Amino acid sequence: MHFTLSDERRMLGETAGRFLRERYEMELRHAAAAEPDGFSRTLWAEMAELGLIGALIPPEAGGFGGAGEDIALVFEHLGRGLVVEPFLASGILGAWPLVRAGETALLEQAIAGETLLAFAHGEPEGRYDLAEVSCRADGADADWRLSGRKAVVANGDSADWIVVSARTAGEPGERAGLGLFLVAADAPGLDRRGYGTVEGGRAAELTLAETPARPLGPVGEAYPLIEETVGRGILALAAEAIGLMEVCREMTLDYLKTRQQFGRPLGQFQALQHRMVEMTLEIEQARSAVMLAAGTLEADRSTRERNLAAAKHLTGRVGRLVAEEAIQLHGGIAMTWDYALPHYAKRLVMTDHLLGDTDHHLERFIALGREAGAAA
Amino acid sequence: MDLTYTADEEAFRAEARAFIAENLPPSLAAKVKGGKRLAKEDYELWHARLQSRNWLAWSWPVEQGGPGWGPVEKHIFEEECVAAGAPRIIPFGVNMLGPVLLEFGTPAQKAHWLPRILDGSDWWAQGYSEPGAGSDLASLRTRAVREGDHYVVTGQKTWTTLGHHANMMFCLVRTDPAAKPQAGISFLLIDMATPGIEVRPIVTLDGEHEVNEIWLEDVRVPAENLVGEENRGWTVAKFLLGHERTGIAGVAYSKALMNRLKRVAAAQRKGGKPLAADPLFAARMARLEIDLMAMDIFNLRVLSEAKAGTAEGANASLLKIKGTQVRQEATDLIRRALGPYAMPYLPEALDEGWNGEEIGPAGANPVANQYFNMRKLSIYGGSNEIQKNIVAKAMLGL
Repeated sequence: MHFTLSDERRMLGETAGRFLRERYEMELRHAAAAEPDGFSRTLWAEMAELGLIGALIPPEAGGFGGAGEDIALVFEHLGRGLVVEPFLASGILGAWPLVRAGETALLEQAIAGETLLAFAHGEPEGRYDLAEVSCRADGADADWRLSGRKAVVANGDSADWIVVSARTAGEPGERAGLGLFLVAADAPGLDRRGYGTVEGGRAAELTLAETPARPLGPVGEAYPLIEETVGRGILALAAEAIGLMEVCREMTLDYLKTRQQFGRPLGQFQALQHRMVEMTLEIEQARSAVMLAAGTLEADRSTRERNLAAAKHLTGRVGRLVAEEAIQLHGGIAMTWDYALPHYAKRLVMTDHLLGDTDHHLERFIALGREAGAAA
Repeated sequence: MDLTYTADEEAFRAEARAFIAENLPPSLAAKVKGGKRLAKEDYELWHARLQSRNWLAWSWPVEQGGPGWGPVEKHIFEEECVAAGAPRIIPFGVNMLGPVLLEFGTPAQKAHWLPRILDGSDWWAQGYSEPGAGSDLASLRTRAVREGDHYVVTGQKTWTTLGHHANMMFCLVRTDPAAKPQAGISFLLIDMATPGIEVRPIVTLDGEHEVNEIWLEDVRVPAENLVGEENRGWTVAKFLLGHERTGIAGVAYSKALMNRLKRVAAAQRKGGKPLAADPLFAARMARLEIDLMAMDIFNLRVLSEAKAGTAEGANASLLKIKGTQVRQEATDLIRRALGPYAMPYLPEALDEGWNGEEIGPAGANPVANQYFNMRKLSIYGGSNEIQKNIVAKAMLGL
């Protein structure tokens, strides 16, 4: 057993870190978030050029990474940079079904950053349950029509191609009877209402009315692929959260060492020292859970999903602690827009609203454990 | 022990409710309940309505224009106001400076400023915190130098809530830099129109403008605007902070949030059932409700002691800590309850008159930002860490 990264991955990490430090300043980030798409096309192209999208895609699909360790590495850096570009939507969630379906031509454009992908799965009533799909698909062979609604689709307003889940049979809540389909942004019957999200991203509400779509993989049996896709997204978000937490911790530590009250630095007060220690300890725990999930991304379903649920639960729990403690230990300055910290804290807290919150993954962890126990 | 309100107190509640129903415009209540931005005029209207019944200056004696309520009446009235969606009473004039002038003001100061607080002529701001003086307020550095009939003030104040609406500011300034920190401070009333004052907005993490920085450069303040003795301002400051802490538990606000949480959890679906029926979420809500119920009684215990004249300062600190924890937890759960629909945010939807289509469940839009905004509760008015220091020292003798 060892925990060291390969030379290639170390270089990838250094490249990402250097770019984000030198090029991705907070002012640029805010400016990017304020653009109509919610991100900067220029910075996106530069990051694609550096290979940061390709690192998320396996070699057989035209990328040069795609393993759990690659995803974790890249997303931790993206978290540190508080990046708003659509890595999750286009590089992970939109891309993985295309990888499995062998859609290499489209993937090539996506890796180059020229085409944007999104993954439209959640629905207004669905909360975080992956089988709560009522969007309908009717058709045969390569010719299908989708009707229904999709909720809070990350970067759904700027995507060129959207992977949409829909039901060909059964009822919402059932795992059987699901399909994944590819929908063009300009397809007839597709209505997109884009909006900003509270932590600085973009999302969209989608309405599909007899919208033409092409199936990805066998229709009716897409649940395992949906789970796999979302699983990679969970790993990405959990790793990103580690990067966010590290920055929160570093900024808070720096503040405690420099801010003077009562004639000495705040960091000399033992009550505050202990809270910093608590934060540090919990972040190490969360990081460890993410490493475990990253290292078992290719393992059997039960192991993989349980470790992912553990990582998402723990990063959600620790994320809230770190966000709230970082703000509290700073005091008023952390309540101001012009200071970087609250933007990290907001992203960290709102990550819990993506792909299942702490409660969802706690329940999932319990259920997966029972399934494994019953099978043994 | 009797845990019920007396008949008189219940009659007062009915009277308060009727008054609010008659005087609070429904459009204003809808703005407050919908988390919309309030204009200066909204607050002024509500202040005027309350004053029309002599109900604005709760903390003042009857002979000075107060309603003569005890702590329980004040608590009941606050509960009714919050439940009805009334704007909060802006405390700086009526609940902070008013009691200070009553205690420390000269007859001339009382005669001039008190009526102007009641009739809304002045909107007061609080000039306490400075960039380098937060929890350690006594380290403030804004200087006031006496020159003839004036003090000349130079320095910077921060976190000045609604300072952009204010025409007057009460301000802690250092008049004796050689003395010990607490000993060289004075309390001045400053006209915001005086040359040398600049108000700069601070945009908070939710993208909103409520607090400000106030820059003062050679601001000439008439010496008659000194409240209390020169260099004895710390006594005044502490007296005022004591008043800031009455009602600090915010029980009324927590109750309103608890009701809102229950409504949201009943409407949200999880696995085909209401979220409120989900065991995990129901447990989270129940824990919060138990904390709130206990805090309600704790608060009433402290209030009835105050009624008997035996209020203990450290209890206010305990209530502040628990009150902010409960309120913050409530906003956390409302945010959680919304699931993915806590994400969308349309800032324009907080404007009066916006009639676009909401995204997700009704009222979801401001929820996440309210959670972030409420982080301030444990920071301002004496951070929770400072409150713990007070309790450790004053109550536990540590």
